[in-house]
Amino acid sequence: MGLDIRLPIGLMFTVLGPVLIVTGFVDETPISVYTGLAMALFGGLMLAFGVRGQRRSSISGGEVEGSER
Amino acid sequence: MNDLQVQLHAVDWAVIIIYFAFVLGIGFALKKHMKSSEDFLMSGHSLPSWVTGLAFLSANLGALEVMGMAGNGYKYGLLTAHFYWIGAVPAMIFVGIFMMPFYYGSRARSVPEYLKLRFDEKTRGLNAFSFAVLTVLMSGINMYAMALVIKVMLGWSFTFSICVSAVVVLVYTYLGGLTSSIYNEVLQFFLIVFGFAPLAIVGVARAGGWSGIAARLAGTPGMTRIWSSVAHPADNPMGIEVFGLVIGLGFVLSFGYWCTDFLVVQRALASKDMASAQRTPLIAAVPKALFPFLVVVPGLAAAALALKLPEGNYDYTLPLLLRMFYPSGMLGLGVAALLASFMSGMAGNVTAFNTVWTFDIYQAYLKKGATDAQLLRMGKRATLFGVLTSIFAAYLCRSFNSLMDYMQLLFGFFNAPIFATFLLGMFWKRATGHGAFIGLASGIAAGVAHHLLRLNGVLHYSSDMAAAFYGAIVSFSTCFVITVLVSFLTRPRPEAELRGLVYLLTERPKSVAQWYLRPESLALIVIVLVVVLNVYFF
Repeated sequence: MGLDIRLPIGLMFTVLGPVLIVTGFVDETPISVYTGLAMALFGGLMLAFGVRGQRRSSISGGEVEGSER
Repeated sequence: MNDLQVQLHAVDWAVIIIYFAFVLGIGFALKKHMKSSEDFLMSGHSLPSWVTGLAFLSANLGALEVMGMAGNGYKYGLLTAHFYWIGAVPAMIFVGIFMMPFYYGSRARSVPEYLKLRFDEKTRGLNAFSFAVLTVLMSGINMYAMALVIKVMLGWSFTFSICVSAVVVLVYTYLGGLTSSIYNEVLQFFLIVFGFAPLAIVGVARAGGWSGIAARLAGTPGMTRIWSSVAHPADNPMGIEVFGLVIGLGFVLSFGYWCTDFLVVQRALASKDMASAQRTPLIAAVPKALFPFLVVVPGLAAAALALKLPEGNYDYTLPLLLRMFYPSGMLGLGVAALLASFMSGMAGNVTAFNTVWTFDIYQAYLKKGATDAQLLRMGKRATLFGVLTSIFAAYLCRSFNSLMDYMQLLFGFFNAPIFATFLLGMFWKRATGHGAFIGLASGIAAGVAHHLLRLNGVLHYSSDMAAAFYGAIVSFSTCFVITVLVSFLTRPRPEAELRGLVYLLTERPKSVAQWYLRPESLALIVIVLVVVLNVYFF
């Protein structure tokens, strides 16, 4: 039960990252592109870990690293 | 338009709104799991150590911390890193290895409750009441500081800034309790990192890299080195020397805060087991050791670039850098990171307050036989009350500008002596409840007396910071000595009652199997990291 915090964190950064990447390309501001890329990559990793944790939890019925017990 | 006001574009607003949506969403998602007072106030002792570790760090990242440290970076340069490398990090190692087994092992629900178990009711009462009052006041100070910055940056009115931030924090802490606060602190931690790291990189690049900064600031000793200029107070911009720095800041003030303040200790108590609780401050210590690069270095870069601060106010360093270096989109991220730092600090204060109020004041004094449903209800009401009181304190600060300084001063009076009380309580079985209470009261009084003597010109220091460090030493020493003296004159509790509460009478917690998960291994890694940083920037 509970919420795996990696999922909302991952989701937020995978949403915010592309927003910054697009803005950076449109405005030609490399700092936005690089930051957006880093955020999207981080968000993707968190999402992947979160989804894997959820799957493990549903198989074992046990607790997930990153969520409430 | 003032020097700091920024023009947010649609993309900036989008970033800020997305952030708020996730913050509130976490609160709503956790609402259904808040079934008991333990769920609401203690996260059901269920969280993994990486989550509690980042929350341990993030709860301290209030507006004053983030903006204040960037301002200190401008004013004092890399000397500010002492707050981390000789202050916070060693204290985190100490609390993780030596103190957490007693906090977590005693099953105390709060720091004041540990004092009751170890000493007596009156010592708990003194700590609980002072902590409750000072915590909501500090939350209000954070709120006030943030509202000021939002006002000058975005042009929002003071009242609107306060209302938006207070409502958001209230909603997610009221719905999801401590878990929501901790989860949001983790999310906010990452947002703060992504929001400010590019600023540090751009700032350093604009100043010509690290060598460029060193060359530009070569005329002010101590700006890019941390130990080479502290032999004498006149040699560095902080006006401090080694003894005051190591004992006052490193030992007394930092240990007093990181080892005894329930705001941070509460995050560790939410851990799922003893090993996780011990790992919590040790995990937090790693990013803490690296935080000077995130918040101090931008201030240092601003100093190297000789940027003109509006009104000469060092607290405006970070907002000024955001305005100068961040384009659309990034500006929204930077503002969201500022809001995140404020809200994580405020939520941390509110959740610590509601727990101490519910367990250490309501259940201890007002309704001793309270049922769990009543405790849960009171916890939620205390959350609301904490936020409202914070708003009241913010308006007080607005009406009486000097009140903010007084409140922070008052906070310092309590933090330094309480560490002596815990040190003796945990490591000396002869310490008694009367000794602790009288020692603590004497330590606070000594801190106040020291301050008054300085105000009246009896005591002289080279800087306000030096005075604060030495005031802490006086306060701590008084508490320590008086506690020892009174303890020798009063009867100690039987040893059987102190098992699990005092070091020599308690079994060491069993080590976990994997060496890399053991608290001692983590502590060693952190020690090596902080030694390397101290040596490299000597």
